[in-house]
Amino acid sequence: MTETVKMHAFQAVNAALHQAMEEDPKVLVFGEDIADREGGGVTGATIGLSTKFGDQRVKSTPISEQAIIGAAIGAALAGYKPVAEIMLMNFTAVCMDMIFNHAAKLRFMSGGQSTVPITIRTLTGAGWQTAGQHADHLEGWFAHTAGIKVVAPSNPADYKGLLLSCIQDPDPCIIIESAGTLFIPGDVPVDQGPIPLGQAKVVAEGTDVTIVSWSSMVVRSLQALAPLAEAGISVELVDLRTVSPWDRETVLKSVAKTGRCVVVHEAVRSFGPGAEIAATVNEELFGKLKAPVRRLGAPYSPVPFSKPLEDAYLVSVDTIVATVKEVVGK
Amino acid sequence: MAEQSNSPAPSTETLVDIYRRMIRIERNDDTIRKAMRLGKLIMPYYSARGQEVIPSTISSLLTNEDTICTIYRGIHDMVAKDMPLRPLWAEIAGRVDGTCKGKGGPMHLTHPETGVMVTTGIVGSSMPIANGLGWAAQLDGSKRVSIAYFGDGASNIGAFHESLNLASLWKLPVIFVCQNNGFAEHTRYENGTSVDFISKRAIGYGMPGFTVDGNDPWAMYAAAYEAIRRAREGEGPTLLECKTFRFLGHVLGDDDKYMTKEEKAAAIAKDPLPAFRARLLAEGHATEDQLTKMQADIQAEVDDAMEFGLASAFPSVAELRRDVFATEIPA
Repeated sequence: MTETVKMHAFQAVNAALHQAMEEDPKVLVFGEDIADREGGGVTGATIGLSTKFGDQRVKSTPISEQAIIGAAIGAALAGYKPVAEIMLMNFTAVCMDMIFNHAAKLRFMSGGQSTVPITIRTLTGAGWQTAGQHADHLEGWFAHTAGIKVVAPSNPADYKGLLLSCIQDPDPCIIIESAGTLFIPGDVPVDQGPIPLGQAKVVAEGTDVTIVSWSSMVVRSLQALAPLAEAGISVELVDLRTVSPWDRETVLKSVAKTGRCVVVHEAVRSFGPGAEIAATVNEELFGKLKAPVRRLGAPYSPVPFSKPLEDAYLVSVDTIVATVKEVVGK
Repeated sequence: MAEQSNSPAPSTETLVDIYRRMIRIERNDDTIRKAMRLGKLIMPYYSARGQEVIPSTISSLLTNEDTICTIYRGIHDMVAKDMPLRPLWAEIAGRVDGTCKGKGGPMHLTHPETGVMVTTGIVGSSMPIANGLGWAAQLDGSKRVSIAYFGDGASNIGAFHESLNLASLWKLPVIFVCQNNGFAEHTRYENGTSVDFISKRAIGYGMPGFTVDGNDPWAMYAAAYEAIRRAREGEGPTLLECKTFRFLGHVLGDDDKYMTKEEKAAAIAKDPLPAFRARLLAEGHATEDQLTKMQADIQAEVDDAMEFGLASAFPSVAELRRDVFATEIPA
């Protein structure tokens, strides 16, 4: 048996950052409030780093998102591996030029001469009454941009392994830390190493229907498994882990087996990543599907403040259960 | 205009070198425009004719280790930095032998061997990235400097303000070089910028800021020398506002209706190239024969580059799948 330690997602992030900085002197960590002097980040994910690695490699920044990502890109062009924190995912809107026009495109536009191995860590997720500008799940924005990898873990072991891979990856990566996964402890192998990007994980095996999900909605989908089992439905749950590039092979293999597919994500359903997955499944498996592919996501609305509205905004366990039952016909 | 008292005057050798870079820019620009008129090159072109002194003087103080981040009106910055012209021409023609295999084009040239790290088509975006290159130089413990070239319009976008603040806070070896040609696209300076001198904005970020006659190589040399010295010695960033004029409008072919014929004619009458040449000769820094031969040699280099670039093949369609990521993406 592998020795494991129980920890929360942000302890796993902290462990990954410590490990990456120890292993490679080119790894830099910076962002708003991230040094120990400022408290080691709003969630404590960077606690201890500046004390251990010094204030040259670990730097708190002003509230200047364009400057943060620009500095990450420039340092990366000169051979460093910067891990930049954009405190909340909505704030990536402030530095979208640097991410979308520069980080994601410099390799291509330079004909492969420039390499931008930056990692952007960012936090989001509804459920904490932070309302319209602090809680959007925006993986679709980034997945739609050629040249940036989009990673969305659901449990502490994956947080550690996927972050290590993002840091080592030669291309820009954004890793979404989601509120819905924050306070659920998990077992992390003591020797947890990098988990390859672009590889989904089959969390539960089943035969009747495939649920494809990632990030916070894997947590809810897991909660739906027991009531669905009670209803006599065998679910295969695929945690995508990397939204772009996504693991088509694992998803298609699973849906080919079950004949049914429900995609569940926290992002707004309209034009969301679920549409891409559903369309691909339809294109590849049309003749083998026993039911239309369904997508569950947030309504076409900004994230609300009021608690009952916010509860209604997020896909619930009950909705997952009811939708899967419909798809299976039970 | 700030006084620059402690900087040495440029030597004869340096003055001739600055002139060489200026002629290289001017001959290259002229030949690009000819090729466009003849239909041999089809591209958006933002001529920097009239702005030759600024990057030529700065580049005379730089090595290939020093980096520049420049903008869509930046081919003169690259030529001044001694980027080889053959891959430059192949790139602006969209050919496989270009600096970027034809995938960047005239607004996105990159050539790390000569320190041309980023060319951006987004106004103001050279500055945040130049900071990162400066930060890397600082972390490496090297004396490299990082130059951010931009226009006067760029000093009004958020990236300018964020970048100056961060560079000053972290004492980065970055020189922010504003090539102030008086127009942001079609908008006259005073209709878009709240201060009479962009250099004044440096005060707000705790760094030195100077307004320099960007068409005067001696003034430019003094200002650039001091800014580069400061950066190399760890004293932090400088903002240089270099006043100049663009002779050929915003994008080649625009009708210049936003400026008066008189002001354009007056600027062209003060063309820095013949003025500099006359002074080099008058002060005995060079002979007529020497400069004439230099110009002929440079024209031959440009002609060769044009021929090379236009003869190069177009990239294969398979290039669409390459360089998106380090690993080729599936078809």
